[in-house]
Amino acid sequence: MSAAEPTAPQLELLGEGRVALCGHWSHRDLTRSIATLRRALARLPRDTHWDLTSIGRMDSFGALVIWRAWGRTWPPHVALSPVVREALDRVAAARGESLPPQPRPRMTAALVLVGEGAFRLGRHATDFVALLGRIALDVMALAGQPGHWPLREITANLYKVGVQAMPVAALVGFLIGVVLSYLSALQLQTFGADVFIVNILGLGIIRELGPVLVSVLVAGRSGSAMTAQIGVMRVTEEIDALRVMGVSPYVRLVLPKVVALTLAMPMLVLWTSAVALLGGMVTADLQLNLGYGFFIQTLPRVVPPSNLLLALVKGLIFGLLIALVACHFGLRVKPNTESLAAKTTASVVSAITLVILVDAVLAIVTRRVGVPY
Amino acid sequence: MNAPVVDMRGIGTCFGRRWVHRDLNLQVTAGEMLALVGGSGSGKTTLLRQMVGLLTPTQGQVRLFGQSLTGGNRIERRLLRQRFGMLFQHGALFSAFSVFDNIAFPLREAGVASPEEIRDLVALKLAMVEIDLADARHMPAELSGGMVKRVALARALALEPELLILDEPTAGLDPDRSEGFVTLVRDLHRQLGLTVVLVTHDLDTLAALATQVAVLADQRILAHGPVEAIMALDHPFVEHFFRGERGQRALAANAPGAQ
Repeated sequence: MSAAEPTAPQLELLGEGRVALCGHWSHRDLTRSIATLRRALARLPRDTHWDLTSIGRMDSFGALVIWRAWGRTWPPHVALSPVVREALDRVAAARGESLPPQPRPRMTAALVLVGEGAFRLGRHATDFVALLGRIALDVMALAGQPGHWPLREITANLYKVGVQAMPVAALVGFLIGVVLSYLSALQLQTFGADVFIVNILGLGIIRELGPVLVSVLVAGRSGSAMTAQIGVMRVTEEIDALRVMGVSPYVRLVLPKVVALTLAMPMLVLWTSAVALLGGMVTADLQLNLGYGFFIQTLPRVVPPSNLLLALVKGLIFGLLIALVACHFGLRVKPNTESLAAKTTASVVSAITLVILVDAVLAIVTRRVGVPY
Repeated sequence: MNAPVVDMRGIGTCFGRRWVHRDLNLQVTAGEMLALVGGSGSGKTTLLRQMVGLLTPTQGQVRLFGQSLTGGNRIERRLLRQRFGMLFQHGALFSAFSVFDNIAFPLREAGVASPEEIRDLVALKLAMVEIDLADARHMPAELSGGMVKRVALARALALEPELLILDEPTAGLDPDRSEGFVTLVRDLHRQLGLTVVLVTHDLDTLAALATQVAVLADQRILAHGPVEAIMALDHPFVEHFFRGERGQRALAANAPGAQ
C-alpha cells in the first residue's frame, strides 16, 4: 500500500441508514480515534446497512469493537470482504466463553485466614526443628570423617560474612558511638557527672548495643544474601542437582553458612564495639576534655570483664539464629520471583525480631551478671 | 515496492576485542518466514536482540518497517514497538502474574481496549494457542514447558503484531509438542499474515516452518535464500548442519515447499 492511501479508521454515514467503514481497523490504527468511533458505532440502529468492503487491514481488536457494537450477532444487512469476514468469524467463534470466575471472599474467609496463619506458623516451627535435626544428624555423620568437613566453604563464608562486613560495621559503630557519647555528655555536664560517661558508654555499648547493632546489620547484609542464594538455587533446581549427586545440601550449603556466621559474629561484635568505644572516646575528649588515657584506664574498672564474655556469647547465639533463619526461609522459596522476594523479606524481618526477643530474654536471665551495684 | 520489514545494514558487533559480526546485511520482506541458523557462538541471538532494540550494534543501523527504533518521538517509537512481538527462549512470562494477566498486560499498557474487550481478546488469543480458558487463572510456575511457550506466544501476539520474532521456539519441547507448536505458528502465520524471524537449532522446525534461510557464519550472513538453494552451498557449516544424517532425515520428512 502506498503512503497516499488513507489508513486512519473512519466511519462514514451515507444516509438512508447506510454506513461505510474504511481505513485500517487494527489496534494500532485505532489508538487515536477509538473513543469517537465507539460513540459513533453505539449510536447506529440495528437495521443499518453495513458496508465493510473498503476496510484495509483488520485485526481481532478492530473486529471485536465492531462485533460488540453489533451486540455479538450478525446484523441483517452487511457487505464484507473475505479478509474482514475471516477476522469477524474468528471473533464470533470465541463468543460465549467466559473466564472462570474468581472465587468470591466469604464471611468465613477471615476465620480461614486466621486458621491458615496459625497452621503456617506451626509448619514453620516444625520445619525449623526439622532443619536443626538435619544439621545435627549431618554433623554427627561428619564427626567420624574429618576429611569430609566442608572447610573450604566455611572459610569462604567466613570471609564473606565476617571480613567483608568489617568496613560497614566500623562506620556504623563509630557513628553510633559518637552520637551516644555526644548526647550523654550534654546531659552529664549539667549534673557535673562527666566521668560517668565511661560507665554509660562501656556498659551500654559492650553489653547491649554492640551485639544488637551488629545483628541488625548482619541480618540485613548477610542473612538476606543467604536466603536469596539458597532461594535462587531452589528456583534453578541446583539444590535438586546436589541431592541427586548424593551431596547433602545441608552439609554443603546450610552448615558452612551456620558455622561461619556463628564464628564470625562474636568477632564482629568485638570489632564493632571497639570502634564504637573509640568514637565515644574521641567525642568525650572533645566535648568533656576527658583524656584518652583516663578513658582507657577507667574502662576496665567500671565495666567488669564478664560483660565482654556476655557480649561474645550473645554474638554467638545471634549469629547462629540469623544463619538458621536465613537458611530456613531460603529452603522454603518456591520456584517463582514473587516467592523469592517474599521469603527474603520474611527472613530479614524474622531474624531481627527473633534476635531482639532473645536479647530481651537474655537481659532478664543475666540481670545479676556483670552489673556493678 | 514496500520497505523490507527488517532491514539491517552494515552491522558490526564487538564484544571486548572480539568481532562477532562484521559488515553484516540482512533484509526480511513481508510475509517471509526466515530461519536464522549458525553454529553456537556465531551471534544469532545477539542479532535477534539487536533487531528488537535490546542491544545496539557497534556499527551499522537497524530499521524495522522502514523506521529506526531509536529515531522519532516517544509516541512513534511506542507505536513501532507495538508492530512486533518477541517470543523468548524460556518464555519470559511474568511469574507474578497469572496466565490471563500476562496476556492482558500489553493490552492494558496500550490503554486502548476496555476491560471487557481485553477479556474477550485474551480469550481469543488463548483459543488461538489452544489453551483452555480454565487454565487462565494459573500462575506460570504451575504450567508445563509446552504451555509456557504457548502462553508466551499468546502474549507476543496480544497486539497482533506484523512481525513475530522467535528465539528457539521449540527448544526444550518433546517432538510431539514441538510439532504441535510448529503447526500452530504456521496456522497463525497464515491467519494473521505475519512475518516471522526465528532462530533455531532444530532442523525439523526449520524444515517445517522456514520459507527462507539465512546462514550466519564467518561474522556475516553467508547466504540467504530458499532452503534448497542453501543446502547446495559449499561451506563446512552448511555441510555439517544440513547434509549430516540427521539433516537428511528431517528434510526428507518435511519436503520443503510441500506446505
